[in-house]
Amino acid sequence: MNSKVDWGGRLWVTAVWAMVGLFILNLAALIASVVLQSLATRWLGTWTPTGYTWHWFADAWDEFDLQDVLIVTFQVAAAVVVVSGLLGVPAAYALARRDFPGRAAMLLVFMLPLLVPPITFGIPLATVLYQAHLAGTIWGVILANLVPTVPFVVFIMIPFIEQIDQRVEQAARVFGAGTAQVFRHVLLPLLTPGILAALLLVLVRTIGMFELTFLTAGPTSQTLVVALYYAEFAAGVRSQQSINAMAVVYMVNTLIWLLIALRFVNPTQIVTRAKKQA
Amino acid sequence: MLAVPALLLVCALFVYPFLYGFVLSLEPTQGSVFANYVKFFSDPFLFDTLGRTFLLALPVTLLNIAASVPVALRVRLMRRPRVLTTILVIPITLGTVLVAEGMLNYLGPQGWLNRVLLAAHLIETPLRLVHNYWGVFLSLVITGFPFTFLLTLSYVTGIDPSLEQAGAMLGAREPQRFITILLPLLVPGLAITFCLSFVQAFSVFPSAVLLGAPAGATRVISIAAYSAAFEDYDYSMASAIAIIMALAQVFAVGVVLALRGLLYRGPVSTGKG
Repeated sequence: MNSKVDWGGRLWVTAVWAMVGLFILNLAALIASVVLQSLATRWLGTWTPTGYTWHWFADAWDEFDLQDVLIVTFQVAAAVVVVSGLLGVPAAYALARRDFPGRAAMLLVFMLPLLVPPITFGIPLATVLYQAHLAGTIWGVILANLVPTVPFVVFIMIPFIEQIDQRVEQAARVFGAGTAQVFRHVLLPLLTPGILAALLLVLVRTIGMFELTFLTAGPTSQTLVVALYYAEFAAGVRSQQSINAMAVVYMVNTLIWLLIALRFVNPTQIVTRAKKQA
Repeated sequence: MLAVPALLLVCALFVYPFLYGFVLSLEPTQGSVFANYVKFFSDPFLFDTLGRTFLLALPVTLLNIAASVPVALRVRLMRRPRVLTTILVIPITLGTVLVAEGMLNYLGPQGWLNRVLLAAHLIETPLRLVHNYWGVFLSLVITGFPFTFLLTLSYVTGIDPSLEQAGAMLGAREPQRFITILLPLLVPGLAITFCLSFVQAFSVFPSAVLLGAPAGATRVISIAAYSAAFEDYDYSMASAIAIIMALAQVFAVGVVLALRGLLYRGPVSTGKG
């Protein structure tokens, strides 16, 4: 467009990319420092550790009862994924297909748990769960985690369902299929990619959900991220390396699921809801 | 009705606890109906947490948005933005607890950052970056910037490029195009982004404990609520603080949306309206 070189513009572009680069560099260094620390025999006052070892992972495994913690984490995550799928998908179907009085109000009710931060509603929620003698148990943790995940599934699934041509369902009904049959034989196969994406994101969110689990978990119902918090909180009691080893275990668990989820969804969908297909 | 089970769950576990919490907050362990609220606003130890939280959340959110907009405008022009967005989604997924752990290593007095700055003779003594205000501030940047950025990006990519091309054709240079075309179109989206990011930052909890000074400069309102509930077992007071926290968030969001209402609202795409 302009034959003259726009030096100011170039400088600005360079500055923007430098800022992004600096952010990513710091992020990478931050993660690398956790991984290195977990492998270090000793790391004090030097650039890199003086020696490397795997034994902190074994230590962390025993010290923090990681086996139990991991079992609880996956029990909670599996239960949350299944229940939010079972409740969220039909609700999304109703909201996507039918227009009924109170639909807008219902959307608002589903929107709020996603907008209000977990710590804000977690404290009243934990109070209610304590009254019901559910807090401190794995059931309380599962229930608390469902609060944001069910609406999350609803909002991810609505555009997926709107995308499906309604005539496909009508054709099935013409041939005498009931709602259950339409669901099982028509909608489910068509919706599988969307459901998979939604549930994988729910899984990642549940493994990483700190606040709600923290507020409702008891000693035997901690998930990995809560156990990590307590270990850091009481840092000094345990060696720094074994806490970092646990952090690495957590990181690996989260990132594996994230990588799988990213095969099905766009990263921006993790913060915003799925965009409507034009 | 297919939506009923999901609705019941959200009502029972979200709406009901809030109402219950509100009623509970009006039944203090001692004193009159509003004793908890009176105590919160008269006890500086409690009341100051509100100001501290604003002091932390507001600058962080503004910084994140200010940084997100130019980056998003550049990324929009990239052919494969997916690599970058994938990298940026990692800190969100890992969560604040892990980021706090990493920052304690990386930003500590013996950490790499201080070592690099010392080696480059940029500083004389190690910077104190953890266990104070800046530790929490930086952790909110690390987890908050990607969140803000991805939201901003989704708004920026929603703007029809032909609008900007039209401006360019009429001779507007890049800064002009930004001020007169993009910014007015972006403001409504940025207002929503601000609300979501601010509310996230306002409810900072784990990093304020692990990276901050939870007894001092970063005793944020969520710590006050938590300690009332689980250290003093005063659920009535804790509910009152949680309600105040929610109201403060609603207030901030309300102010931003009211301001937004004064500005342009309309389609960001052309044609086929």
